[in-house]
Formats: sequence, C-alpha cells, structure tokens
Amino acid sequence: MAATATNSMTAPTPPTAANVTALTVRNLSVFFGENHVLKDVSLDIAARAVTAIIGPSGCGKSTFLRALNRMHELVPEARMTGEIRLFGDDIYAPGIEPVVVRRRVGMVFQKSNPFPTMSITDNVTVGLRLNGLRDRKLLAARTEQSLRMAALWDEVKDRLNAPAISLSGGQQQRLCIARALAVQPEVLLMDEPASALDPLATSKIEDLILELKKDYTIVIVTHNMQQAARMSDFTAFLYLGELVEFDATRKIFTSPAKKQTEDYVTGRFG
Amino acid sequence: MELDVLKQKLLTMASHAETAVNQALQALTQRDRDLALRVKEDDRIIDQFEVEIDELVIQLLTKAPLASNLRLVTTAMKISQNLERIGDEASKIAKRARDLSQEPPVKIVLDLPHMAGLALDMLKGALDAFVNNDPAAARALIPHDKEVDALNKQIHNALVEHMVENPDTIGRCLHLMVVSKSLERIADHATNVAEDVVYLCEAQDIRHTGMKSQAAPPAGV
Repeated sequence: MAATATNSMTAPTPPTAANVTALTVRNLSVFFGENHVLKDVSLDIAARAVTAIIGPSGCGKSTFLRALNRMHELVPEARMTGEIRLFGDDIYAPGIEPVVVRRRVGMVFQKSNPFPTMSITDNVTVGLRLNGLRDRKLLAARTEQSLRMAALWDEVKDRLNAPAISLSGGQQQRLCIARALAVQPEVLLMDEPASALDPLATSKIEDLILELKKDYTIVIVTHNMQQAARMSDFTAFLYLGELVEFDATRKIFTSPAKKQTEDYVTGRFG
Repeated sequence: MELDVLKQKLLTMASHAETAVNQALQALTQRDRDLALRVKEDDRIIDQFEVEIDELVIQLLTKAPLASNLRLVTTAMKISQNLERIGDEASKIAKRARDLSQEPPVKIVLDLPHMAGLALDMLKGALDAFVNNDPAAARALIPHDKEVDALNKQIHNALVEHMVENPDTIGRCLHLMVVSKSLERIADHATNVAEDVVYLCEAQDIRHTGMKSQAAPPAGV
C-alpha cells in the first residue's frame, strides 16, 4: 500500500505487520504569531515502527515533532488547528493537560541535556519523582530497567551516583533516552538525537533505536538521510511546512513519487 | 560531477563494445584476418573500462547516493559488466573469423547475417535507450531476444546436418556454431542492459517477472 501526502481528512496509513496506528494526524496547521509554519499536514504514524521526518532547515520538521506532544506550546503566540490522536485519544481535547500528553509522548533533544548537578540515577528518575513516586525499591528497579533499555547499564552500573556530567557525549544522550523511557511513554520523539555525536556514539544510538522500536513508537527528525535510510520504516518529507510525500522508507530513498522529494534526497536542493 | 563522469565512461565503453561487435562481424563476412586480430587486441580497452567503472562506482557508493542517483550507480556497474561480456563475445567471433579466413568458405546457406543484424539492433537499441533515458524503447526490444534464440537453434541444426553430410567441414562448421552462439549471447546481454534501463528510469525490476514488454505504471521520478 502506498502512503502519500494528502490534504484531505483521509490520510495515508503506512503498511505495518499489525497495521496499528499510534498517532493519527489530521489537517495539522501550526502558527507562530502570523507565521504559518505547518500547513494542513495529515498522516498516520505506525505503532512500534520508526518514522523519520526529513526536509531542509525551516521546513517545519521540529515543529511537527513538537506538536505531537504539545511542546510547541512553550513558544509564545503558538497555536494550532487540526487534530492529533494518540491511540484514539485527542491530545488537544479541552481539559487534557500538556504534561499528561508529554508523559505518554516522550522527547529526546538534539543536544543531550542531563541535569548537570544530579547523579546518573537522579537524572533517570527525575520524571518519576516529579510525578510523586517515592518507593525507593521501585525507583531503583525502574532506573536499572531504563538504563538497560537505553544500553547504558553496563557502562554505568558501578557509578550510579556519579554526576551525569561525568559521562561522555554519547553516554549523556543515552542517559537522556533512559530518562525519557523511565516514565514509560508510548511514543518517543527524537529531534536529531545523534547529530552532535561521533560515528561510534551515533552507531550506538542507532542500534538502540532499532532495539527500542520493538516496544515503542519512534518518530525521529534527522538531517542525515543515510541515517533515515538505515533506521526508519517510514519517511515523511516536509517542505515549506507542507507534507510532500510520505511512504515506506525504501520507496522514498530508491524511487520517490514526487519530483521535489527526488530533488531533495539527491542533493539538488536543500 | 562524478555521476556525469560515470555516465560518460559508460557511454564510451558502450561505443567500444558496439564497435567491437560490428568489426568482428565485418572481419567474418569480409574474411579480414587483420581486422579480426585488432578486435581481439581492442578488447583490453573494454576490460579496462570495466575496472575503471567499478572503481568509480565504489567511490560513489561511499557517498551513499539516493533515489535516481543510487539507481544510476548500481545499474552502471551491471551495465558495464554486460558490456565487458559483449566485448568478450566479439573477441570470440573475431577469433573464429581469423581461423575461418585461413580456410575455404563453407558452402551452406545460413541466416547468420539476419541474426547478426537482429543482435546488433538489440545492442544498439539498448544503448540508445540508456542514452535517451527511454524505458519504452528498452521494453520494446526485449521480445526480440526470443527471435535471436530461435535463429541460433535453427542455425545450430542446419550446421549439425551439414557436418553429418560433409565431415570434412566439421572444423569450419564448429567455428560458425560458436559465432552463432556468441550472437545469441550478445542479444542476451543487450536484453540485460534493456532491463537495467527500465529499472534506472522507472525503479521497476522487470527481470524474471513476465512483464518485460508491458508498459509501466506511473512510478518514481
């Protein structure tokens, strides 16, 4: 089944084994003041798969990602129209707290941002403690589980009380992933998670993402098309705030249907 | 741009391969021993192109090309391999032409010129389709491969019959059999190139699908 960009309410559904949709985006527009940043984007994001968002700088990739957990609302004068449903729940419905949405849809940023004065353990459990969890045994169990899932446990298990800042850049980024996983989200959003890392650390993050997709729905923004080709199952190409093409990654990178996509992935513009 | 260099090298190699086949057939029909020897010597140039194209392709693959660029790089490698084999077949024809030129002609009517014309047309058509990015032309020539196969079989049978009746011509008839088989292989390689052109232009792999001559649905850019 081909999935392509559309402006109608019937968005394409990417083909997956189970064909379960995690996020349903319909006619999403985002404005920052007078600036119309995302224009009528509709697509379905498959559960337990990696969806990559590509496009030139300023095309709306990060805004799209942030709209998926209402993070864009932190920008003054931001507003949106359209609809986003997370496993059927309207995340913009009246009365829905953004903080609840963000617990279900976690985010990892381009630059690793651990709390520098906190220990490794405290960094992982900060979200849980803010949510009122005090049970030490449970916190310890969740710390180990999250660090294991982030493929960091073996490297830090003997120094869990060391400051997060003592870790390397790649380790800090995996710590941030562990922190996001600790609150047990359903979706993980990643905004260029490996762009500041060396090839070895990048490779570890990519392996981790491939491992995590067995349990999580992952949406990743990347400027690195080879990374998108290596890791993602589906790819969406955004240009000037519009969804130009959305399809299986293999299709986008071997025979895109739209000329704009072809021109972008072959480096003719962008 | 390196992709342009790749395409240019491939076109030059194709031109050498086409010339080699033409000259080998000319050497055969005109019993021209010197021309036959030249074809064999020139095969080294085609071989060298294959090596250079492979090197360039590997260099380009390290840059991880995508979409139509990826298709061009991967098909270039396959097309150059087919062209190298075509060069080898031209050499085989030339070798037989050289040997036949030293012996009296065999008195037998064969459809070899017609077969050579068809194989050459297929080769030229496949290369033109590549130059012009014309998948329709590539698809159109593929069915002719069956005609060439049939002619090869027909020529093979006629030569066997002639050898039984004229045992003194066995050596010369075997030379002609090799020529016929080489022409049949050239048509096969031209078919491969045509299939590669369809993939290059339409991102559709038509090998072993039974869809070779069918028009493609709208596909990639």
